[in-house]
Formats: sequence, C-alpha cells, structure tokens
Amino acid sequence: MVPISYHLILSGILFTIGVTGVLLRRNIIIIFMAIELMLNAVNLSFVALARHFGNMDGQIIVFFVMSVAAAEVAVGLAIILLVFRGRETVNADELNLMRW
Amino acid sequence: MDFVTFFALAIPLVVIAIMVIAHPSPVYSALFLVLTLFLLAVYFLFLDAHVVAALQIIVYAGAIMVLFLFVIMLLNLQSDTQPTPRHGLGRAAIIGGVILVAELGLLLQRSSSEQAESSLPENFGTVEALGSQLFTTYLLPFEITGILLLVAVVGAVVLAKR
Repeated sequence: MVPISYHLILSGILFTIGVTGVLLRRNIIIIFMAIELMLNAVNLSFVALARHFGNMDGQIIVFFVMSVAAAEVAVGLAIILLVFRGRETVNADELNLMRW
Repeated sequence: MDFVTFFALAIPLVVIAIMVIAHPSPVYSALFLVLTLFLLAVYFLFLDAHVVAALQIIVYAGAIMVLFLFVIMLLNLQSDTQPTPRHGLGRAAIIGGVILVAELGLLLQRSSSEQAESSLPENFGTVEALGSQLFTTYLLPFEITGILLLVAVVGAVVLAKR
C-alpha cells in the first residue's frame, strides 16, 4: 500500500505546477486553467485523507469545492469575454487599468 | 492503491500537468487539462471515491472544460508567441516552485506518523453514504451551494449581455 504522504506530495507537486503556471503565463485563460489545476490538487489531498481516515467528510468537501469551481468558471469566463470585447486582449500585462 | 498503480498514474499526471502550463496554444492547454482531470478521476477511483470520480468527469471534464473551450474558440486566440517580457519573474517562479515542493516533502517526511489506515466503513464512497450525509449533516452548506450556483448563473448572464 502507498503511504498517505505519497498522495500528499503528489498533491503538493500538482499545486505547485498550478502556482508556477499562474506566475509564468500571461494569457488570462491559461492562468484560469492553472487555478483549476490548483483546485484539483487540493481535491486530491482531500480524497486521499478521506480514504486514510475512513471518513466521508473529505469527499463531501470535494463536492462543495467542485460546485464553487463551477460557479467561479462561469463568472470568470463571462468577465474575460467582457474584457476581451472592450480591450481586444487577454494578456494580463496589458490589463493594468486597476493596477495603480 | 499499490506502488505500481500509484506511479503509473502519478508520473503521467505530473507530465501532463506541466504540459498544461507549458504549451503555447490555449486549445492544447485545455485538452491537456481534460487529460489531467480524467487521470485524477481514475486516481479517485483507486482511493474508493466512486461518486467523486464520476462527478469529476461529469462536472470538470464535461461542463467546465466545455466552457473553457467554448470561450477559447469564441475569442479565436492564437498561441501567444511573444515570450513573457519579465524573465526575472519566470526564473523566480520556477525557483520558488522547486523550493515549495522541497519544503512540502521535508515537512511531510518529518511529520508523517505512519499510522495504519483506518478500516473503511461498509458503504464508503457510495452514492448512498455521500447523499445521506449531504442531506443531513451538511444540509445548510448544500442549500447555500445551490444559491451560489444560481447567483453565478445570473451573474454570468448579466455580464455577458452587457
């Protein structure tokens, strides 16, 4: 059997890939996908810990995380569409209206 | 889950996740993300989370990724050929990522009291067990989630119509 720390380390690696994606990429949509990746990494550790402790609560939290992610994607992509219509770009560096 | 299964799933997961953030074209990134989500669903199956695995495919790989692809097609994005102008940030991100993983590993190694896995209850991970918990203990958060989704739908429509 694989010890619990293996699952948690895999989850940490996936989360870090997501963080790196947010910092490296300038395309808003890919930044968004990296955020989804981070949410999934957290889901993975929830499920692994639920299995480890034999407790269903972790899986129920995953259910809530998924519905929040769905809501976030719906609103976020609508905002991206709106921004693209006004500014004709999805580059995060050029969207600096509220920066200073 | 034994070691062979773990590594057979974990190595492709990490490689494909890196492809998600490394590929220049957004469409390919989205498709790689779909692959990541499918692999995670299989992973969940091995962790006795059957409902969560099904939800992962239906909600994430089905609904959310369709939204992503839809928006990418709608915006008609080309692959961003211009490299990120701030090379310092890129290097810092990679170094920071490596340090973060190393620290997490170190922390886990130190704190892991390798206690045996608890024995699983009879109906662990079934629709019945998840549903009965969801509609009793977690009824209020469940209802709030419903309102949240309603707000999101209304918000998305209002934003898109403007």
